[in-house]
Amino acid sequence: MEPLSNRSKKVQKREMTFAERAYLPAIAQGLGITLKHFFKKKATINYPEQTRERSDIWRGLHVLKRDENGAERCTACGLCAVACPAEAITMIAGERKAGEEHLYREEKYAVTYEVNMLRCIFCGLCEEACPKAAIFLQDDKLAPARYERDEFIYGKDRLVEPLKTTETK
Amino acid sequence: MESVDLIYRGIFILVIFGITLLIATYSTYFERKIAAFIQDRVGPNRAGPFGLLQPLADAGKLFFKEEFIPAKANKALFIIGPGIAMLVAGMSSAVIPFGDMLLVGGREIWLQAIEVNIGVLYVFGIVSLGVYGLMIGGWASNNKFSLLGAIRAASQNISYELAMGLSLIAVIMMTGSLSLREIAEQQQGFNWNIWYQPLGFILFLVCAFAETNRTPFDLPESEAELIGGYHTEYGSMKLGMYLFAEYINIFVVSAVMSTLYFGAYNFPFMENLRSAISDPVLANNVVTIVGVAVMFAKIFAFIFFFMWVRWTLPRFRYDQLMKLGWQILIPLAILNVVLTGGAILLKDYLF
Ligand code: SF4
Ligand code: SF4
Repeated sequence: MEPLSNRSKKVQKREMTFAERAYLPAIAQGLGITLKHFFKKKATINYPEQTRERSDIWRGLHVLKRDENGAERCTACGLCAVACPAEAITMIAGERKAGEEHLYREEKYAVTYEVNMLRCIFCGLCEEACPKAAIFLQDDKLAPARYERDEFIYGKDRLVEPLKTTETK
Repeated sequence: MESVDLIYRGIFILVIFGITLLIATYSTYFERKIAAFIQDRVGPNRAGPFGLLQPLADAGKLFFKEEFIPAKANKALFIIGPGIAMLVAGMSSAVIPFGDMLLVGGREIWLQAIEVNIGVLYVFGIVSLGVYGLMIGGWASNNKFSLLGAIRAASQNISYELAMGLSLIAVIMMTGSLSLREIAEQQQGFNWNIWYQPLGFILFLVCAFAETNRTPFDLPESEAELIGGYHTEYGSMKLGMYLFAEYINIFVVSAVMSTLYFGAYNFPFMENLRSAISDPVLANNVVTIVGVAVMFAKIFAFIFFFMWVRWTLPRFRYDQLMKLGWQILIPLAILNVVLTGGAILLKDYLF
């Protein structure tokens, strides 16, 4: 056949040597490699007991912050829900009554605030959008595996940071 | 035979059977552990300490699964298949000498279930029956993948039995006996057959891999091409029986290899140990018990080797398998027989 270009190279199939054809030296070499791996340090992380080391800016489970007096910072402006590319956040706004000033910082607050952890892609855009510095993604918690889908919709009971630990990081 | 002897034999057979089952059970665990270690993982470690209860959990799972029989399968044969595989696998350890003789109360107790003067033939006869289990099961499933697996198993076993038998003949020519106990006795101390039969041993080892359907010769059950081969249609404990039989076969073949080539219960400096203890009865018993431990150490080393190879080598292609068996192993085995014969004649002539 006419060569289309003169760039083709003739390859030669080398005859195998006797040691290669006998196959046993190659098997011994392979066994050596697997034996080396047998004694190597294992790559496995035994998950519930050990956890992988995380970076300081790792984005994990959400938290709704309180201010220095223990009042919730979120004012239910909905900016986080708008910013969210996965549409994971829903909320219902309510008006603060007289006498609730110690509970909610602004006159308007979130009566319900839900994040669907199955939709969330942990991008952190909600955190950036929030004008009140109310929502953050923690670097040390994650949404654990569960049996039911419902359990992945985190309401205020699981999102709002508990009282006492009010110092923000 | 006295009735005491009979009772002792019965107990011994039960013990050996129990040990066989135990080893087969824990082979599954070690197989997974070794596979994991070779692949830089840790393997099963949740059930019990170090995952040691994993085989029990697996067995429990297999027992509670649905007993499923395909509609178009031949029912009787479908059930008999795994039964034959298991029965045959359990029978073959009967003639293996796990140890020498114990002296208890002036009575000689041989650590071997049955002494027959054709022990080697018995083992090979029984082991080659094992393929009927696979064939019947594969055929009765009425599934083309199973049938292909069964055909592969049958032709592979027949091809490799020839080379295996021929490599064995060289050993038998050297020892002049078919009894496994005598073969073991002739390898006193460090005088093992492997030093005289290195080629024979390698041939035997390769054939042993093929006979037990282990990688690189696990073509009857190659999951990539045949789904599961002969046990595609099997589930629950019937599948468990097949897998169990495979592990028992590995145990038996390891025991046979240790007996034929690696001196069975003999270990170096055996006589030194025997003469170091003044009381002859005690000396004999100590040596025998150490011998049993050595025998099991050898068996476990072989089982480890089987697993090690499994997680190292890829599977052969079927034509390569046949070519290796017929064109390479059998001529080499014949050569080995001729060389051994020549060496024996030369030795007779010179000395
Ligand atoms: S992290 Fe991203 S995806 Fe998750 S709730 Fe916030 S904005 Fe939405
Ligand atoms: S978390 Fe922040 S952005 Fe979201 S509703 Fe509350 S205040 Fe607005």
